[in-house]
Amino acid sequence: MDQIRESLLKTSIATKRERFGRSITMAALILIAVIVVSIFYFIASKGLSTFFVDKINVWEFLSGKTWNPGTTDAHGKQEVGALPMIVGSFLITVLSAIIATPFAIGTAVFMTEISPKHGARILQPVIELLVGIPSVVYGFIGLTVIVPLQRHIFGGSGFGVLAGTVVLFVMILPTVTSMTVDTLRSVPQYYRESALAIGATRWQAIYKVILRAATPGILTAIVFGMARAFGEALAVQMVVGNAPILPTNLTSPAATLTSILTQGIGNTVMGSMQNDVLWTLALILLFMSLVFNIIIRVIGKKGELK
Amino acid sequence: MADSILTTENVRLYYGDKEALHGFDLDFPEKGITALIGPSGSGKSTYIRAINRMHDLTEGVTVTGNFMFKGNNIYAPTTDTVELRKQIGMVFQQPNPFPFSIYDNVAFGLRIAGKTKKVELDEIVEKSLKQAAIWDEVKDVLHKSALSLSGGQQQRVSIARTLAVSPDILLLDEPTSALDPVSSHKIEETLMNIRNDYTIIIVTHNMSQASRISDRTAFFMDGNLIEVSPTTQLFTDPKEKQTQDYITGRFG
Repeated sequence: MDQIRESLLKTSIATKRERFGRSITMAALILIAVIVVSIFYFIASKGLSTFFVDKINVWEFLSGKTWNPGTTDAHGKQEVGALPMIVGSFLITVLSAIIATPFAIGTAVFMTEISPKHGARILQPVIELLVGIPSVVYGFIGLTVIVPLQRHIFGGSGFGVLAGTVVLFVMILPTVTSMTVDTLRSVPQYYRESALAIGATRWQAIYKVILRAATPGILTAIVFGMARAFGEALAVQMVVGNAPILPTNLTSPAATLTSILTQGIGNTVMGSMQNDVLWTLALILLFMSLVFNIIIRVIGKKGELK
Repeated sequence: MADSILTTENVRLYYGDKEALHGFDLDFPEKGITALIGPSGSGKSTYIRAINRMHDLTEGVTVTGNFMFKGNNIYAPTTDTVELRKQIGMVFQQPNPFPFSIYDNVAFGLRIAGKTKKVELDEIVEKSLKQAAIWDEVKDVLHKSALSLSGGQQQRVSIARTLAVSPDILLLDEPTSALDPVSSHKIEETLMNIRNDYTIIIVTHNMSQASRISDRTAFFMDGNLIEVSPTTQLFTDPKEKQTQDYITGRFG
């Protein structure tokens, strides 16, 4: 009896191990949470000091059209209008997503529905490879191929919205495609079978049932691609022209939030107004990536296949 | 049989090199319910999927034999599988309405066949849902998602969806095995409802279900058709010993 009593009261090795394992995972979780919170705090405190310390009007910052931190205009106000970059970022993001979507859906349908064998054997590795190519390589190809091409066809410098869009389109295409492929693969097989079993052609089954069932997932893939495009800095910076002016047409040079950030952050002094406004741009980026995340979650929730 | 709507002769089916159906003949008279029973893996589902060429979707499956539907060779190279499946519809084991509204589900087969007039669609949707004995339950929620229905209701919507294209033959692959007894009973009522209008071939694990609803029963085992007889005869006085063993093993 004593033996049983003893073994019941004593903490067993298995229990100790479990506690140990639990504390390790907890510690990892806490560490990550702390990092995320401190990044938010750091960027927010820096970014908001533009408004609180440097006394720049929030609305003027968001809607101003001239970006020239350090100089003042005729009214003695700082020229820190971020509108050109905000417009540039959104324009390039949306355009590249619009171009990428049909290609991504087409490729994904081919890979999953039309020719799953070739899809798995040839296209899958190609797409995985494309996802892994560093963005600087894309930017470099953009710089040496796309920019001269744009210059040749449309004149001007060749740098601009169009070149940025093309580079980003190629960059996000594999991401959007592979996520769309995953979505299409998760559409239950019986949707295909029952569509065919009542006399649908393969094409009708694809676009009336499978694509419709996969719509939430495809939207998520597109938004995910947009989030990536929005945050991409290096490749865009290399081809966009980095001119913080409102783009008037697709071939005019422009700037994005990221390109101005990467360009300016090394050339300003910490704590100065010129530096603070860059942090504000970073804050906008952070905020937008949050928005993209929320959109993805909302779509995911709505589209859950019950 | 001269009045058979569907005749199958020397049916053999191979998964790769492995023969799964071993060459039997089975005919179906027009109208009425034929139940296919037998243990799991006996080839009943495999057989009915061969009737409307669903095996075409699976690689490595070869079907041989003579499948004649109203005098046309089902496996002729010129047979249009899309047309064939409009005439020989199929309902599966899992209730599987599309993630659309109830109305859109039932109208699906009509729309892809090019019917778009609303009056016509309304009429056929209503008729099909009535035939499937679910009209009264869903008539006020036709535009709600079919996925919001219970499993049994979903299965009846699936049946209505198939009936809407007015096939001659309705294949049902264990349509009630994923459902509770009450829902199963409603499906049986549905089938009794339409037995005079369609040729119904139902695969079922449930022998009492077969005896309740079918006119003829076919007993399958190990990829062979052991016997096919009028249902009452098969269950009371089977010709083959294997059938006898199977039905008494379950009931006894």
